Amino acid sequence: MRHLLSAGDLSRDEALLVLDTARELAQVGDRSVKKLPTLRGRTVVNLFYEDSTRTRTSFELAAKRLSADVINFSAKGSSVSKGESLKDTALTLQAMGADGVVIRHSASGAARRLSNWVDGSVLNAGDGTHEHPTQALLDAYTMRERMGRLDGLRVAVVGDVRHSRVARSNVLLLNTLGAQVTLVAPPTLVPVTAGSWPCEVAYDLDAVLPKTDVVMMLRVQAERMKDAYFPTAREYSRRYGLDKERFALLGDDAIVMHPGPMVRGMEISAEVADSARATVTEQVANGVSVRMAVLYLLLGGSEPAIGN
Amino acid sequence: MANQNHDGGAYLIRGARPLGGEPADILLRGGTVAAIGAGAAQAADGAAEVGAAGLIALPGLVDLHTHLREPGREDAETVAGGCRSAAAGGYTAVHAMANTDPVADTAGVVEQVWRLGRDSGLCDVRPVGAVTRGLAGERLAELGAMADSVAGVRVFSDDGMCVSDALLMRRALEYVKAFDGVVAQHAQEPRLTEGAQMNEGEVSDRLGLGGWPAVAEEAIIARDCLLAQHVGSRLHICHVSTKGSVEIIRWAKERGCDVTAEAAPHHLLLTDGLVEDYDPIYKVNPPLRTAEDVRALRQGLADGVIDCVATDHAPHPIEAKETEWSTAAMGMLGLETALSVVQHTMVDTGLLDWAGVAERMSAAPARIGRAAGHGRPLAEGEPANLALYDPAAERVIEPAALESKSTNTPYRGMTLPGRVVGTFLRGVPTVLDGKIQ
Repeated sequence: MRHLLSAGDLSRDEALLVLDTARELAQVGDRSVKKLPTLRGRTVVNLFYEDSTRTRTSFELAAKRLSADVINFSAKGSSVSKGESLKDTALTLQAMGADGVVIRHSASGAARRLSNWVDGSVLNAGDGTHEHPTQALLDAYTMRERMGRLDGLRVAVVGDVRHSRVARSNVLLLNTLGAQVTLVAPPTLVPVTAGSWPCEVAYDLDAVLPKTDVVMMLRVQAERMKDAYFPTAREYSRRYGLDKERFALLGDDAIVMHPGPMVRGMEISAEVADSARATVTEQVANGVSVRMAVLYLLLGGSEPAIGN
Repeated sequence: MANQNHDGGAYLIRGARPLGGEPADILLRGGTVAAIGAGAAQAADGAAEVGAAGLIALPGLVDLHTHLREPGREDAETVAGGCRSAAAGGYTAVHAMANTDPVADTAGVVEQVWRLGRDSGLCDVRPVGAVTRGLAGERLAELGAMADSVAGVRVFSDDGMCVSDALLMRRALEYVKAFDGVVAQHAQEPRLTEGAQMNEGEVSDRLGLGGWPAVAEEAIIARDCLLAQHVGSRLHICHVSTKGSVEIIRWAKERGCDVTAEAAPHHLLLTDGLVEDYDPIYKVNPPLRTAEDVRALRQGLADGVIDCVATDHAPHPIEAKETEWSTAAMGMLGLETALSVVQHTMVDTGLLDWAGVAERMSAAPARIGRAAGHGRPLAEGEPANLALYDPAAERVIEPAALESKSTNTPYRGMTLPGRVVGTFLRGVPTVLDGKIQ
């Protein structure tokens, strides 16, 4: 594995290797000294064209726990804001000897484009409305930790599927790992050809919830209302928001996930977000372990992740 | 190939196959076809000989849809450079689209473009006038002034932008009747294509790129066919790209609408699957569609529902394409590969013979654009505009080897059949031995 651009690039074995490695590496977070020498001398660049403090911080922490040198290259206040092209930025990073580039960009496909211009590994940290593979990996990790399995798990992904890179990556990865995904959204927020994806599509959340082990709520931006994807935020919330009453339709063991940032009162009510069956903060913690695993597998070569 | 010791510009083309038929000699003198067939050699009288055994002679190609970029974007292309590209592709006339900077919406700009073409001497440049001022879609440009100018504009188009206002479109269709003009519509419903990046379908949904649905083209074509028929005007549809559009145009023609249509070579060959790697070399408007659309376009072109091939030749500098997909410019080169693509997709597949190619790439576009002296039969007394083409040749497309100032060809690295060996504009060679003269 040279780059991680799409969750669909991972075979079942590769995906499981990431999850198993992440589990091993998670132990480091429990130590008093939370650091391994594995990537000492390696340089990881966080190239963030979109503001995303949580994702950037998660990658930064993951790289630092593996002792890599980390450079944060933010689009604001750099040459990028002076009109430098993605290609020139790539060549600059290349000249500086970046071993890995973690890129977040508003344009779909930016990570793949970047991979043409640098020799190092490219890690897609979210490209437009395309994919966010490490989010899907940390979601899968969280599900496996909580539910003990992925095979046959019934997962409902609810919300703005059309514009969601999280949904696209999750559909691909969860399918690879044997889970059954159902996308639930108003039809305006489902891509027209989603019927050909390896998942089910439904419009009625209440009908889906009783048959669901994991419900993953996606953020719905209120701006979508202006483009007439739905009439009002209130109507959206009434039909697709996960409130206390809907939560009760789930089985007792079912969990609620959210990639964050949450819009409380829109797609999820405060009671549900704060319930013990919501995994939002666990997802954040798991995100660091999973990103450590990916960085290690992309950059670490053949050395063991955790030395004796 | 050419014997250099010739008298003031007479050429005897030996053994070419007019429209792919039996070999014949063709004598060009004084800007016209002086003789063709058995008597040509006897009448040659010191004419330079051009050996053309095995080559097909076609009337000089006519492009209804070319972007020459000048004035304004001379970094991408100039009129002179575009004319080199055109000649190299076998073209003797091109229609230069109006989306320059300044826009070709006044007699002044169209006359400038016309003069630059005349100065190049390689190809007749027929400027297309904008339908609306500044392509803004709000008020008609001075269409009559452009028609009456020395450029003699007959084709009007806001290409790149759709004349989406139905009333304005009606007025434009009616107005140009006074000078036998035609409105060439870029059919793209603007609201349905907000944020559009590629064909809406399985690939766009998976890649997370904004979709350009077929219905956004088809809805405008249907509306405009109905409008044109209502007011009794000529309508031309630019770069038809979908199966549904072909069906609507077929229907409109059957019910008597005076509509013509063009298809671009890239839409006859390439599909949206090429976008998979997000390489903007494949970004074009309208976008590459599906294999089913490609099949329908080929059949439509074979049947004559699509009247002609028009390149939508759109040069862009390297930096406009070496970017992330969403910021890249739309458009691809076409002039120097069009005939090869048509051979590959239409002739080699048995859908069209060479006479059909001459009709779709020369006669029909000349008729639609009212390009006098072009698209004429290869016959005695006709203007000596012709192309000599070797259908047996093969070439690997090298962007750097193209005559255009830009290199944004989607056929990079592909092997395509055929090669333009010679082009004559009013009896003067613009290309000989495959080289610009």
